[in-house]
Amino acid sequence: MSSAAMELNLNAVLPELVMVVAAAVVMLVDILNRGGRSVTRPFLPWVALAGVAVTAGVSIWLLGEPVSIFQGMLITDGRSLALNLVTLTGAALAILLSIRYIPAVNNQTGEYYALILLITSGMMVMGAALDLMVVFLGLEIFSMGLYILAGLKRSDLRSNEAAMKYFLLGAFASAFFVYGVAFVYGATGSTQFDAIAAAQAAGTADLSFLYVGIALLIAGFGFKVSLVPFHMWTPDVYQGAPTPVTAFMSIGTKAGAFAAFYRFFVTGVPDAQPVWGWALAILAVLTMTLGNLAALRQTSLKRLLAYSSIAHAGYILVGLATATPAAIDGALYYLISYAFMNMGAFAIVILLERQGEMDALSNRLAGLSKTHPQLALVMSVFMFSLAGVPPFAGFFAKFFVFAAAVEGGWSWLAAIAMLNSAIGAYYYLRIVVSMYFDEPTAETLTESPNYSLPITVTLGIAAVFTIALGVLPSLWTNLVETGVMGTLALR
Amino acid sequence: MALSIPYLLSIITFLPLLGAVVVMLVPGDGAKKWLALATTLITFVVSLLLWTNWQEGQAGMQFVEDAVWFAPLGIRYALGVDGISLFLVLLTTFLMPIAVYFSILYVDKKIGPYMALMLLLETAMIGVFLALDLVLFFVFFEASLIPMYFLIGEWGGKNRVYAAVKFFLYTFAGSALMVVAILIVYYSTGTFDIMKLQSTVIPPAVQTWAFLAFALAFAVKTPLFPFHTWLPDAHVQAPTAGSIILAGVLLKMGTYGYLRLAMPVFPQAAEQFGPLLAILACVGILYGALVALMQKDIKSLVAYSSVAHLGYVMLGVIAMNAQGVSGSVLQMVNHGLSTGALFLMVGLLYERRHTRMLDDFGGLWASVPVYTGLFLVVAMSSAGLPGLNGFVGEFTIMLGTYEYMPIFAVLAAAGVILAAWYLLTAFRKMAQGPITNPANDSSNLKDLNIKELIMVVPLVLLFFVIGLFPNLFFDKINPSVEAMLETRTAVMQAATAEQMPALQLAEIVVTEAK
Repeated sequence: MSSAAMELNLNAVLPELVMVVAAAVVMLVDILNRGGRSVTRPFLPWVALAGVAVTAGVSIWLLGEPVSIFQGMLITDGRSLALNLVTLTGAALAILLSIRYIPAVNNQTGEYYALILLITSGMMVMGAALDLMVVFLGLEIFSMGLYILAGLKRSDLRSNEAAMKYFLLGAFASAFFVYGVAFVYGATGSTQFDAIAAAQAAGTADLSFLYVGIALLIAGFGFKVSLVPFHMWTPDVYQGAPTPVTAFMSIGTKAGAFAAFYRFFVTGVPDAQPVWGWALAILAVLTMTLGNLAALRQTSLKRLLAYSSIAHAGYILVGLATATPAAIDGALYYLISYAFMNMGAFAIVILLERQGEMDALSNRLAGLSKTHPQLALVMSVFMFSLAGVPPFAGFFAKFFVFAAAVEGGWSWLAAIAMLNSAIGAYYYLRIVVSMYFDEPTAETLTESPNYSLPITVTLGIAAVFTIALGVLPSLWTNLVETGVMGTLALR
Repeated sequence: MALSIPYLLSIITFLPLLGAVVVMLVPGDGAKKWLALATTLITFVVSLLLWTNWQEGQAGMQFVEDAVWFAPLGIRYALGVDGISLFLVLLTTFLMPIAVYFSILYVDKKIGPYMALMLLLETAMIGVFLALDLVLFFVFFEASLIPMYFLIGEWGGKNRVYAAVKFFLYTFAGSALMVVAILIVYYSTGTFDIMKLQSTVIPPAVQTWAFLAFALAFAVKTPLFPFHTWLPDAHVQAPTAGSIILAGVLLKMGTYGYLRLAMPVFPQAAEQFGPLLAILACVGILYGALVALMQKDIKSLVAYSSVAHLGYVMLGVIAMNAQGVSGSVLQMVNHGLSTGALFLMVGLLYERRHTRMLDDFGGLWASVPVYTGLFLVVAMSSAGLPGLNGFVGEFTIMLGTYEYMPIFAVLAAAGVILAAWYLLTAFRKMAQGPITNPANDSSNLKDLNIKELIMVVPLVLLFFVIGLFPNLFFDKINPSVEAMLETRTAVMQAATAEQMPALQLAEIVVTEAK
């Protein structure tokens, strides 16, 4: 690791800085245009999108030599930049989905877009963190923002409940996390990943304290990515939050938390892998199985996607049990694929919602192929991809993550995961069945109150990339390869 | 070498995909129909170049294409064709125009998506037979589910949605574990290359698990008893063209998977589980035949006969000797042609009478002689009458099976008798006796017209060609089969020899064998 920590190479935090500046710009533009007749300020999302685009550009430009900063507390390397692209994709698509949706929910759109950008910066910090305190910083930055966004619709009880629940349980989880950090610090004398690893290697770490610390950290992380048994909040919050927020949350939270999760386990506590490997494997089995089984019974589309997102967290965790660099790349591939297919699915949910409601039942889909053939077609693409059927992105996502599991000797775990994806196929397929083989009823979507051109654009982008990443997986790996090759923080 | 066409295999594989896109884009049902037919015909003609440019006597892969698909894991876009896959590709490209033309005549619901799905299916099927990389194979193998699922679910019979979902979930769940097995094989050998895997010694523990996972996936697809329950549903509910393709080609993906992957890549495990599979195959032959005997619906009779017939193919594959395997390869083609033709004949009758119940017919000889005559030829081809195609394949398989374990040959022979029994029973009920139902009268029932004969006659001609000149086909099949078996023997010897590092030895023996 770079020891020339004295010289501050701000390139290492440039993406995050750009993002925060963009958030500030959004707020300024908002304030300067208050009053008068432009109450809705329709240009705000475009300002926010421009911020996202610039940050993505900076991230791609930075791909190359890894740079660390602040005495090795943060790093910009291939994996953190790849993660940036995942969260930025999520943010960009969420902003597109919000353009028509959010003003109807709450007219404080300036705060909304600024928060989206700040949350994204928090997620990016998590991907770049090499120190548990920085991880915590990122975790809190994005959690605070999401607590607010979940309760954005103040007049809606469900939305209030979602915010309250998310906040209370999230505060608990943060407490667990900090407590875990304290234990790890007590055991090893540091919160920095490489120092923690060095203490174990040197045999100076107090292992029992360290294991307690790791367990508490798993609880904290587990809450954020909704692992069973820390998943209870997920369906309620997913259902109650405004749908673009839910969509963003399902991708961004997973991306940020998994990135930090992976980096900590692989570089911070690799010697304890025999212990946490098993713990994570068991959690993965529970998460996949419960998520899939619960999803089988849902009629609300947002709850169905919530349980499906729990199951997907389980799949991603499968790779982590092995904690090889290949697992990290597999997880990143999973996250970018998931970003496109899940955003697409949520975009459809938005179109299915009735005026003033923030959820849709699956009977809104009945016979959709007869009334809206294009919507049914792209939704099928997302469903088949989520089920993991080739030639869609979801297949290679699973393939790469499970490849890492098999490589690390966890074939049985990969086998359980594949059997789970067969269960999952049932409920994704049920949606396709309903769209194509049921007759339209009075409940079926006729004309969507939420329709807008940006949603069509979102659907198009999501569908194209869901197919492209399923046919040409090297599209993504070639883009981030230069960075991954030069990744410092992994041995 | 005769004139060589670059990317010939890719062209054959993806022409239908291109056609599907065009079909979706052009307006007008008529244009869609004829474009789809034109696509399948062009694909067929192009695929004939494989036959004309074939290197006689060459055992290895021909027309090979090889490119990096995903470098980090060494996944390749590799296509090739040898004597084993050649006729399966030709079978596919040959049956598709017939199925599409049948649909042009009789399908009028949402013709655009229908034709596009048929064409997508063709791409997936050809891809399965041409893929030389495990991952590529799996992608095509699974991708074929989606179009078939929609074809059954949208254009099928009364119970179509149930059948479609069952078809999808059964096959998807069956192949789930194959993904893990593919990865296990990759990490113990370092390659996804199917031909290289055939000449690699794989540790016995890996072989056992991987073989079981592959065997399960292909057992569901084939289908092998007791994994066959999706098949009668899918076949009976599928539209006629879907049944032709399902029986004609899709089921062959399972037996082809055994032949190309499960048996030669994991030779020890395959030998160990061979007798078990052979028992299942024999149960399938007898059970399928007995259930077929009981059927009142002609289409489900044909469906169950498929369970029985695929049992023969499996026996030949399990025997893993020259006769057995060559016979199986030819029998796959035969079953595709015969059963495809049976479904076609049943479909033609159904379009006239809108019933498929045996009891509703009788005396068709008198009213529709051309139809009945052709039906008899088709049934006899399926029953394995000497002089027709079915006999050649079944007889060769019997020889191979006898060499493997005589008892299975005896059981299989019993199945042949049963096959003749149920097919002749069906024929008797349909064609002979007096006309009891006025709807079967010649005034009400029309005989085959020219358009319909165009579909049936080529099939019937091929029955005779294969039945009378089997060596036209065996000459191309045998070298590849023998080479595969030699490689397999060499690998098995290498695995038992413990002195030398297994991998090196295998390579030495393989090169010597060649």
